[in-house]
Amino acid sequence: MATATMTGVSGGQIGRNLPRLEGREKVTGRAEYTHNLRLPGMLYGKVFRSTVAHGRIKSIDTSAAKAVPGVYRVVTSDDVIKVIPHPYYGPAFHDQPILAIGKVHYVGEPVAVVLAEDPHVADAAAALIVAEYEELPAVYDEVEAAQNKIVVHDELKPAGTFADLKHLKGAKGTNIALDYQLRKGDVDKAFAQVVQSGGHVFEHEFRTQKVLHLAFEPFVSIADFRRDRLTLYSSAQGPSFVRIEIARLLGWPENRVRIKVPYLGGGYGGKLYIKLEALVTALSMIAKRPVKVSLPFEEIFYTITRHPMTFRIKSGVDKTGRITARRCEVFWNGGAYADIGPRVTQKSGFTASGPYDIENVSIDSYALYTNQPPSGALRGFGVPQLVWAYESHTDMMARALKIDPLEFRRRNIMREGGRHTTGTPLKDAPVEQVLERVAERMSWGKPFDRGTGTVRRGRGLAVAIKAVISPTTSVAIVNVNADGSTTLYCGTVDMGQGSDTAMAQMVGEVLNVPAESVNVVPRDTDVTPYDMGTLGSRSLFHMGHAVKLAAEEARAKIQALARDLGLPEGTNYSVADLFQKKYGMQAGNIVGTGVYKPDYIPPQPGTGLTDNVTPFWMVSGVGAEVEVDTETGHVRIARLLNVCEIGKPINPKICESQISGAAMMQLGFTMFEKMHFDGGQVTNASLADYKIPGIHDLPVTFENETIEAYQHNGPFGGKGVGEVATFCVSPAIGNAIDDAVGVRLMELPLNPEAVLRALRAKENRPIEDA
Amino acid sequence: MTATRTISFTLNGEPVSASIAAYHTLLEVVRNDFSLYGARESCGQGLCGCCTLIVDGRAVSGCLYLAAFADGARVETVEHLDRDNVLDPVQEAFIEQGAFQCGFCTPGFVLMVKQLLDEHPDPDDERIRDYLSGNLCRCAAYPEIIQAVKSAARKRQAGKPA
Repeated sequence: MATATMTGVSGGQIGRNLPRLEGREKVTGRAEYTHNLRLPGMLYGKVFRSTVAHGRIKSIDTSAAKAVPGVYRVVTSDDVIKVIPHPYYGPAFHDQPILAIGKVHYVGEPVAVVLAEDPHVADAAAALIVAEYEELPAVYDEVEAAQNKIVVHDELKPAGTFADLKHLKGAKGTNIALDYQLRKGDVDKAFAQVVQSGGHVFEHEFRTQKVLHLAFEPFVSIADFRRDRLTLYSSAQGPSFVRIEIARLLGWPENRVRIKVPYLGGGYGGKLYIKLEALVTALSMIAKRPVKVSLPFEEIFYTITRHPMTFRIKSGVDKTGRITARRCEVFWNGGAYADIGPRVTQKSGFTASGPYDIENVSIDSYALYTNQPPSGALRGFGVPQLVWAYESHTDMMARALKIDPLEFRRRNIMREGGRHTTGTPLKDAPVEQVLERVAERMSWGKPFDRGTGTVRRGRGLAVAIKAVISPTTSVAIVNVNADGSTTLYCGTVDMGQGSDTAMAQMVGEVLNVPAESVNVVPRDTDVTPYDMGTLGSRSLFHMGHAVKLAAEEARAKIQALARDLGLPEGTNYSVADLFQKKYGMQAGNIVGTGVYKPDYIPPQPGTGLTDNVTPFWMVSGVGAEVEVDTETGHVRIARLLNVCEIGKPINPKICESQISGAAMMQLGFTMFEKMHFDGGQVTNASLADYKIPGIHDLPVTFENETIEAYQHNGPFGGKGVGEVATFCVSPAIGNAIDDAVGVRLMELPLNPEAVLRALRAKENRPIEDA
Repeated sequence: MTATRTISFTLNGEPVSASIAAYHTLLEVVRNDFSLYGARESCGQGLCGCCTLIVDGRAVSGCLYLAAFADGARVETVEHLDRDNVLDPVQEAFIEQGAFQCGFCTPGFVLMVKQLLDEHPDPDDERIRDYLSGNLCRCAAYPEIIQAVKSAARKRQAGKPA
């Protein structure tokens, strides 16, 4: 049996390609998911949703639904406010009602719920509900929303958690849920100088479309409400946040609310904060029975999505090819409820000027309400959208200036030891090295086959940087049992990224046991301590530190126990023997705890500058080779190269699968994924009509290169890698298409229709719309 | 809601019967009546492969396959593969190659790969891609899945009696 030892000099666990600990459960179909859970006496809820994008609710007729045999109850907001008087939730704004109250703000907003023991009965009955609305003008576009001509919410209600939102309390007549600013140098003066000195000014506008996470385990939550206890089972990425928010809604202390989270069938940022948890809580309170809501696939499209964005970027380049000024205006389409949008706006917003050393920078980043389904975090937290714009812009400038795109980047790239635009020193952020590796692997300086006839070949590259969100806290507990076996309690949710395995490896390293012997307790807020959330590539670093600290404290306590027992330093007593000697039998525990919160200096109001904006940076680059069919607009990706800096990998094989998975997901967002809308209604809300990457979409030449470094302040030199490969896929492919056929696409996705339209427009025979 | 009828079929080698309504899918029956959760409903349109079941030796989309049609059939789920507590070579290969992340689609892939290797013991890349084009993995563990298919093929060849 593997037991902890006193010395634990090196457990040999770091850098091990250990297969995932839960592998056997997953391949045999026996892994636990909330999707599979049934409780005795449980009711199923079917949500009835708004059919208008913006309107006042005139009436909701539930009589026909109630009359269906087998219907237990039909619930509207009138029932909800009897059990939860202020039923509004959200991490940044308390703006989202459990069920619509008075108004609806997007098509698909939950209005009523039918409860029944048989989900088929609930489905059939929900179809009989009739709601009438007084329709109001709606606003869908983020730039239009910024003009505040049509206003989504009558009054803004910041949650109070974030200092930079407090000034919006009670604001009326506005859709702007955050107006973030960064000011470095004097941009106006610098632009004037560029013009005067014969340099060039470039201004472009890029857009991204609405896409979504589409985790294969659809949103699902179960509430079991008892008089003074609530247990929630949920497919959730942030159990601690869920507990805090639900306790707030109930006016209860945290310790009466319990959140249990088994494995997740995918998350990608979609299952953060509150999704169905508040709804099932209210339903269980009303029904006095356990209630499960498990969304049918089409309803995922009405729950949470990625932010569409419009990015106006303007750069001034001097005669030597140096960018001396840059102005960024970013409009984030947050949809009807803010969710975490204001944090995307700021935390990604401050990287909008890219990995370039520019003396004068101005960034304005706006979170906007619109009458679309809400937008939130999605793998990259806004950065992939920004990089699409700034790295397309980089290439467009290079081409216009007749400078090689690689050379142009070399002249402007941020260098290790310098400072990021925010003023924070760049450390362990080898942007230049990543760029050079992409160039080398792509044989950039060598001749390239450009194709013939109707198939033209091109290549492109891109490089980017992201900061991990800060400051956030993680807590972990390591328990050494009386036989020396070890148990880890941590709130990081394993949704496929392999965190259970990596955390067990860290425990094993400190306590000198094989990782596979560590019991990682499934997330349960009654036993697993606080963690801010499984998001933004933060867990390996933040929770990793907490786990390491907890294991080190346990090791120190084992050593102290040996000293107390009068044993000499370096004794070969096993831990089990220590317990035996101490308690006279196999008894007792040693518990180590670890808490980690990195240092952070808040940005200065007005300028957004700070010497410490983040504890670590993520850097990646992509090289792409494409073949464009000029007759059809079809783009074949002949080669995709992902180069990522990953610190010291705790489990290299799992890191690599994160890289390829992230890049492939981004490939879907780049090439074809798009939610189509008609009057606020999603017209392709199914897997038949919304296509995601399948095995045929995997480029035949698909390469990952990891640059291993040592993150100076990371646990065992490690850092998070879940998002890093998402950044550069879109612009590298867009740049390659331009290289192949000389057309520049300013909006995602880069589908055949968009490419063909651009080709035909270039030939002066545009495709006319019918 | 509607009338029920009783169907009888073989489930993972055992004769069973279930009371069903006309609209019940085979997926609902194996999950709700027999607590076999390896097959899951995701897209509900037979496009993702998460609900894959084996009926009379052929993979079907359990979310579209009406339970009534399974009357008298031989039905197998992923749970049948390790019935003796021994993993199928495909399952071993998936673990070793790390051919999954969240694991939600994995049982469907495992069943399809098994069927692929039954029909084509030594498939090339193109055959693997074609055969698995009806299974989707949102975590996109596709490179590892292709490696796992090849590894499983080698394991099966090696395990064959000479």
